[in-house]
This record gives sequence, C-alpha cells and structure tokens, in this order.
Amino acid sequence: MQDLGIQVLFQGRNFIRLWEGLWVTLRIAVIAMGLSVLLGFLLGMLMTIQNRTVRCITRLYLETVRILPQLVLLFLVYFGAAKHLGLNISGEAAAIIVFTFWGTAEMGDLVRGALIATPKHQYESAGGLGMNRWQTYFYVIIPQTIRRLLPPAVNLLTRMIKTTSLVVLIGVVEVVKVGKQIIDASRYQTPTAALWIYGVIFIMYFIVCYPFSRLSLWLEKKYKN
Amino acid sequence: MNEILQVKHLKKSYENNEPVLKDIDFSLQKGEVVVIVGPSGCGKSTFLRCLNLLEPIDEGSIILNGETIDRKDKNVHQHRQKIGMVFQSYELFPHLSIMKNILLAPVKVQKRNRKEAEKEAEVLLERVGLSDKKDAFPRQLSGGQKQRVAIVRALIMHPEVLLLDEITAALDPEMVREVLQVVLKLAEDGMTMAIVTHEMEFAKAVADRVIFMDQGVIVEENRTKNFFAYPQTERAKQFLNTFHYEALEI
Repeated sequence: MQDLGIQVLFQGRNFIRLWEGLWVTLRIAVIAMGLSVLLGFLLGMLMTIQNRTVRCITRLYLETVRILPQLVLLFLVYFGAAKHLGLNISGEAAAIIVFTFWGTAEMGDLVRGALIATPKHQYESAGGLGMNRWQTYFYVIIPQTIRRLLPPAVNLLTRMIKTTSLVVLIGVVEVVKVGKQIIDASRYQTPTAALWIYGVIFIMYFIVCYPFSRLSLWLEKKYKN
Repeated sequence: MNEILQVKHLKKSYENNEPVLKDIDFSLQKGEVVVIVGPSGCGKSTFLRCLNLLEPIDEGSIILNGETIDRKDKNVHQHRQKIGMVFQSYELFPHLSIMKNILLAPVKVQKRNRKEAEKEAEVLLERVGLSDKKDAFPRQLSGGQKQRVAIVRALIMHPEVLLLDEITAALDPEMVREVLQVVLKLAEDGMTMAIVTHEMEFAKAVADRVIFMDQGVIVEENRTKNFFAYPQTERAKQFLNTFHYEALEI
C-alpha cells in the first residue's frame, strides 16, 4: 500500500484543506459574479443609449476586456497597483476586482442584447401608462430580460469559476495551489501523489460546475417558448 | 365650450423626410368621440402618438385642460396618465398575469391602494366579460381578449382622454366585434375618445365627429352622418368609395 498516492489525501488535514481551497475559488467567483450582474445591468442599460460618446466608451471597455488575457489584467491590478499607485491590495481583492471588471463587460453585453431584443412597444405601453424610465425598466423590461439572461449568466459563472485558477499566480492560495502544496510536501514519500491530487481537484471542479451547467441547460429549455 | 384637448398648428416630420403632419388644428370636447380616418400613411397614427407625447413634435402646441404640455416637461409622466392609449399590437406585459398587468400602473405609478384598485379592476374586467381570466397570462388569451384587457389597463388609470390607435387592425375578423362593442359601451358612458380606425361601419356607429386626413393635413371634418352621406371633398368621396364593392358585370 505504500505506493498508492491517494493516501496522501487522507494525511493530516489535506482533504479538508483542498475543500477550503475550493471555497476560496468559489468565494472569488461568486462575489465577482454578484457584482458583475449588478454592474452589468447598469452597463447594459447604458449601452442602449443613443449617444455616440457613451457608445464609444462602452465599446472600448468591452473590446479592451475581451482582447486582454485575464492573467495580464490580474498582474496589472495586483503588481501595477502596488508599484505605481502604492496600493497594497490583497491577492483575493485584486482577483475580485479583475473578475468583476471582466464579468461586468461580458454581462453588460448580454444585458444589452436582451434589452434590444425586447419589443419597442413594451417600452411605449409602459410609457403610455405614465411610467418613468426607471419604473419602465424595473417593472416591465428587466423582469422580461431576466429569463432570457439566466442561461448565459450561469454559463458565465462556470467560466469564471474555472478561470479563477489563474489567481495562483498572484499568490492567492486556492484549490489548485493547495493541491500543489500537498504534492510538493509529499514529493519524496509518495511520488505519484500529483496524479491523485489533480484527479481529485478535477472531480471537485466537476462537482461544482456540473450542476450549474445542467441548470443552464434546463433554464434554456424551460424558457425556449 | 368644454375643451379637454386642443392642438394648434402641429407640425411634425421624421428626419430628412417629407413632413408627416403639416399644420394640424384639432380639438376634443369632454364626452366627445372623434374618429380619424384616412388612407395608410396619411399621418393619423403619428398624430395620436404625438397627442400621447410618444413622438416629439417640431412646431405647434398640445393643450390639455388649458395647460400646454410637452414631451420634455418634467411631469410628462403625469400628463400621460391623463391620456390613455391602446395600440394596434397587443402590448400586454408577457411576464405578468392579467390582474397584475392591470394593477401595475395604478399601484406603482399612482400609488393607489392595492385592494381598492383590485376591486375596480374586477369591475372593469366584468364589464369587458373577462372576469374569469384575471389569473391567466397574456399568452393564454386570444388577440381580442388581449385588446380588451389593454383597454381595461388604460381605463383603470382614469384617463380624461382615451386614444385608440387601430386597435382591431391586427385582429381576426371575428374578434373585431367583441373589442369594438367594448368601445361602443365606453362611448355611451361618456368617455372622451379619439379613435383611429379602418372599420367604417364602426366609425359610423361610435363617432360624433369624423376627421378625414390625407398626406398630413385634415382634408375634411364633419358630423358623422354628414361625412358618410354627403362628403364635401372629392378626396373624401374617393376614399369612402374604396370601401364599396359592386359586382362586376361580365
């Protein structure tokens, strides 16, 4: 039994530590997603305004986020802020900022699409009943767009969960980093640990993401008609 | 004279195009029903949309109860509550039940008591014969039923004027009657209305006065009986003739 790498998992608190690492991953993804949904709605509404300047700025933001790899953004915020602004933010805060920055852009574009897809007469009949712009959005337009937005939003969340593995590189100890620590600590006693630990991490990601992607599929079917 | 709505020298054009409305003068007395007819593209729908401040106007003024109103006014939303409108496409809110569709504006915009508004909604639904549909969703209703709900939704705001923009144009023929009967009943009850329609028989029955528009101007304006029996202008005669069919002799 000496060579079976899986035993590493049950040494000390290793298994619990992995779950704790996953919790960090999830925390970053969920907080960033929550903020992205809020800001994304505002951005999406802004993007439908018929104003050249507003359009240019939002377009520029969206394209910038899409072109830059998330890793570059992470380095930019984490090291850049420390070096040039003298701001010492924690790795986790930097990660939340970057993922929110990215998520807001993606979410904003989704919201924009959903708002444009809502027929014009929905806005007009709300206006005809004396509703102002906010009431129209809040009571009439947004509730209609939410059902259309749910599947792609859930999809974005799973992408975000997976992309959080990048935060290792700015020193955040999340699930992949914990795994690496365990592997390094047992390198001489159990050389095969790597396979087992990464295998477990793979399954852990699956456990978290699979329900979301099922949910997304289910919502898509449910709202199809 | 008890004028609720007055329009003076209204002009309107869409960007870089021939003007849609050229110098329209119009007035509506309390309790009066005016039907606006005319060929497609004559500007009658645009005119109603201007009255409800949905479209910006280029020149002229719209006067509601002696007060000039404009799209850019701060209280434009209050003006709109006094001018109800029903459109051609059934524009109920698809995510809300019939009752919630009706209650949304009185409760959220006018801040009325929900219970009291609900009671009134039930009375109104009863009047249009849809009491049993209050918990249904718009997609479960026929076009005619949806338009009747749209009328109720406008009525519960207690508008002083009701604008109806070709409300039966998108309906199957057998549903037209059920909707127009509701409108006839409203006219009987003294509702002030401006109606755009292509249903000439309905216009005869409901209107006190008929306005005939063509190419952005009011060509003729007359009491209903006179308009249909003795149209004064050649253009109006031609227009009315398009509704007559005679068997061709071969």
